[in-house]
Amino acid sequence: MSDEFNQIAKFEDPGLPEHVHRKTDTDPKAADLAERQVAILFILSALGTVLAIYAYIFIKDDVFFFIPIMGDTNAHQLFLGLGMAISLLFIGLGLVHWAKMLMPDTEVIAKRHEFRSPDEDRADFHQTIKEQAAAAGLGRRSLIKRTLGLALGFSALTPLVLLRDLGPLPGKDLEKTSWKRGTRLVTDPGDRPIRPEDLEIGAVAQVLPELEPGSTRHLSDIAKDAVLLIRLRPSEFQLDAERLSWTYDGIIAFSKICSHMGCAVALYEQQTKHLLCPCHQSTFDVTRAAKVIFGPSARPLPQLSITVDADGYLVAQNPFNEPVGPSYWERPS
Amino acid sequence: MKKVERIGVNVAGYVDDRTGAAKWLRKNLTKVFPDHWSFMLGEIVLYSFIILLLSGTFLTFWFDPSQREVVYDGSYEPLQDIKMSAAYASALHISFDVRGGLLMRQIHHWAALIFMAGMIAHLMRVFFTGAFRKPREANWLIGVGLVTLGIVEGFLGYSLPDDLLSGTGIRIAEAIIQALPVVGSYLAFFAFGGAFPGEAFIPRIFTVHVLLLPAIFLALITIHLMLVWYQKHTQYPGPGRTEKNVVGYPLMPIYMAKAGGFFFIVFGVTAFLGAVASINPIWLYGPYNPGQVTAGSQPDFYMGWLDGLVRMAPPLETAAFGYTISWNILIPGLIIPGILFTLMALYPFIESWMTGDKREHHLLERPRNNPNRTAIGAMSLSFILVVLINGGNDLIATHFSLTINQIMWFTRIGVIVIPPMVFVITKRICLSLQRADREKVLHGRETGRLVMLPHGEFVEVHEELSAAEKFTLTQHEQPMALQVPNSDANGVLNPQGLKGKLRARLSQAHVEQVSAPSASEAKELESGHH
Ligand code: HEM
Ligand code: FES
Repeated sequence: MSDEFNQIAKFEDPGLPEHVHRKTDTDPKAADLAERQVAILFILSALGTVLAIYAYIFIKDDVFFFIPIMGDTNAHQLFLGLGMAISLLFIGLGLVHWAKMLMPDTEVIAKRHEFRSPDEDRADFHQTIKEQAAAAGLGRRSLIKRTLGLALGFSALTPLVLLRDLGPLPGKDLEKTSWKRGTRLVTDPGDRPIRPEDLEIGAVAQVLPELEPGSTRHLSDIAKDAVLLIRLRPSEFQLDAERLSWTYDGIIAFSKICSHMGCAVALYEQQTKHLLCPCHQSTFDVTRAAKVIFGPSARPLPQLSITVDADGYLVAQNPFNEPVGPSYWERPS
Repeated sequence: MKKVERIGVNVAGYVDDRTGAAKWLRKNLTKVFPDHWSFMLGEIVLYSFIILLLSGTFLTFWFDPSQREVVYDGSYEPLQDIKMSAAYASALHISFDVRGGLLMRQIHHWAALIFMAGMIAHLMRVFFTGAFRKPREANWLIGVGLVTLGIVEGFLGYSLPDDLLSGTGIRIAEAIIQALPVVGSYLAFFAFGGAFPGEAFIPRIFTVHVLLLPAIFLALITIHLMLVWYQKHTQYPGPGRTEKNVVGYPLMPIYMAKAGGFFFIVFGVTAFLGAVASINPIWLYGPYNPGQVTAGSQPDFYMGWLDGLVRMAPPLETAAFGYTISWNILIPGLIIPGILFTLMALYPFIESWMTGDKREHHLLERPRNNPNRTAIGAMSLSFILVVLINGGNDLIATHFSLTINQIMWFTRIGVIVIPPMVFVITKRICLSLQRADREKVLHGRETGRLVMLPHGEFVEVHEELSAAEKFTLTQHEQPMALQVPNSDANGVLNPQGLKGKLRARLSQAHVEQVSAPSASEAKELESGHH
């Protein structure tokens, strides 16, 4: 490949430089000193272990003291850890010092051979493989080959089938939430029903659907049911007539589960009336039905239509009219 | 015979009587290992893996991988009487009520970070020096597999404590699964045992985190090291070092003592970090609740680039015929990482195809002496760095009073513009470094000493390099571009067609070099001087 260049005289390889003796190789005093240094390092390590055990037994784990930068620090954990660190570190330093100072450090040269076997051996090897293939009849007996392929392929299905019971089929589960017509909105936390008067203009509240008597709420329910209420002046909305009818007296309700990847959309900026998801910063404009104005989310947050019931409490007018949370293949568009 | 010697000989005899391995053992105990600081990166990875096994096992003694709901009554006051999963409660228990528990948690987490950072540094060393070339392609592939699994293992570990931060990470992983066309929602329901978050996920990933993946790591690491042993380590070029030898220290005793010592040093440093540097203070986040989130949530750094990609994706989604495809999730979450890792895995084969070089290589290359490869590496790093910056856009925005919008657009454009720029610049830098080497060999090293010539002109004194230095700077190969024939033996035009042309073009780019000075050139120059 680079023959042309290699014909021009290259700089010659002067060979391995001569080995330089260390002081410890020639001066027995230096060697003794090095031995003592190594011993000191090992003794420091042992002291570290003593510190760790002392801290474990005698330092109470509720003692805190202040260290600059680290702030309030737990003495038990700090000295236990430092003791361990010292005990390990100094074994290491001792070993390395020993190796560097006292063990023979002459560089040696070992030969390296090309991995490729001599042509003759390779030819023999190829011959063997051919013979074995022929002995097994792989070349001729194509029926065996094909059915074996089939059998092996099929046998891989069993473990797949066995994994079937990992979970139920999704069915329509991703489309449904616990919100129904007339479900009361209750505070989270607290589970108190809310009247419109409870929310001042500019305020936000996280709500969940009221639990039916006797039922419990699981995290999987919250993962779909969490809703944010925001109260604006009704004049601030820029909504079509239908969406406006889903609000009540300036109160608008959106799914709190981000339409991007399902984080909780938790940040509300009062001045701009934007909702922001802290995960990937998708930003939704509350006045325009949570239209996406920034970030990777491709859809507005689903809006929940709300009204008040006979007792004056906020309730859902209807269930969500689209699935909440991140997209999926079967999501109706 | 001294007592130690006698014992040694007896043991050796006992072993040989039963295995006949005397010759083989002798050969391997005196095996030669080249020494260089950059060869310690792989060692760091190995040692931090051992630390992970030890500290992780300690944690399993108390960790309860269950999402069963419990009410906290441990000694951390602010969370008293709060409902949470048993997993989170037990992680709090380890942190506050097991002596040394918090220390071990922090050691485990720091070791995980060192493990990942070490793997990436090791991978870069292997890449930039060309250590992946024939015959070491298999070890490169194993390495790419280990990095990939390392990212998964780290993510699963991070998820186990079931705090608000890690639950948010799981939520995002669930959304990626769910976004897969056709099978997404099914796979998500299988993985989570039903609707998210359910109660099955933590116990399941626990088994994967502490059993399945560690076993695979152990197997892959073993093969990795056996190959290093069998194929012998590469070495940097220098006087006395050739393709046909290995120069270094014998395994016993000096190399073993240094390597063993280094294990304790890595463990000691990790313990020190665990003692003084708080990491992942889960008690501050609270238990996971899908309706809540912590602001400014950040994954560990090895996930940050993925997060950055997801953040910068344009809001694209196709909804048609009653089906939905989330490009904004699939492209940054699966397609781009998939392409990147595939290209990385295939790189040794791509390079050898480009250059037509099918020979064995045991001498490493100085990065400057392979400008094209070095530029490709720098380009890839710059890509990852730009997306990583976007992964921390909220933190950067607050620190440097920028808006997230500015950073987002800077990185969206930058991710396309910066890598090619970095490629060109790196290549130029490599070539000028080669030129500088050439100057040094031909004209000597600048000394900064000025002397006045008889006619009053000042010149700088140049000091001639030693023979060893001259050799080191000029020993590298001067590859030539592949010649792709225009027509084959039968006169058929361009038998390889477009592929051949592309290959010739790539090979042309790959061999671009400043020619190394030769001894004859130096001699000519010298005679010219006098
Ligand atoms: C090999 C690579 C490994 C990586 C990258 C890794 C990474 C992690 C990380 C980042 C965490 C979160 C730590 C925290 O802050 O609490 C974690 C937790 C955990 N890991 Fe690992 N780990 C590894 C191996 C292991 C092994 C081998 C075991 C056990 C044999 C193990 C057992 C655990 C346990 C029980 C936890 C949860 C404990 C807790 O959160 O307090 N890990 N892991
Ligand atoms: S999950 Fe809300 S922006 Fe990604």
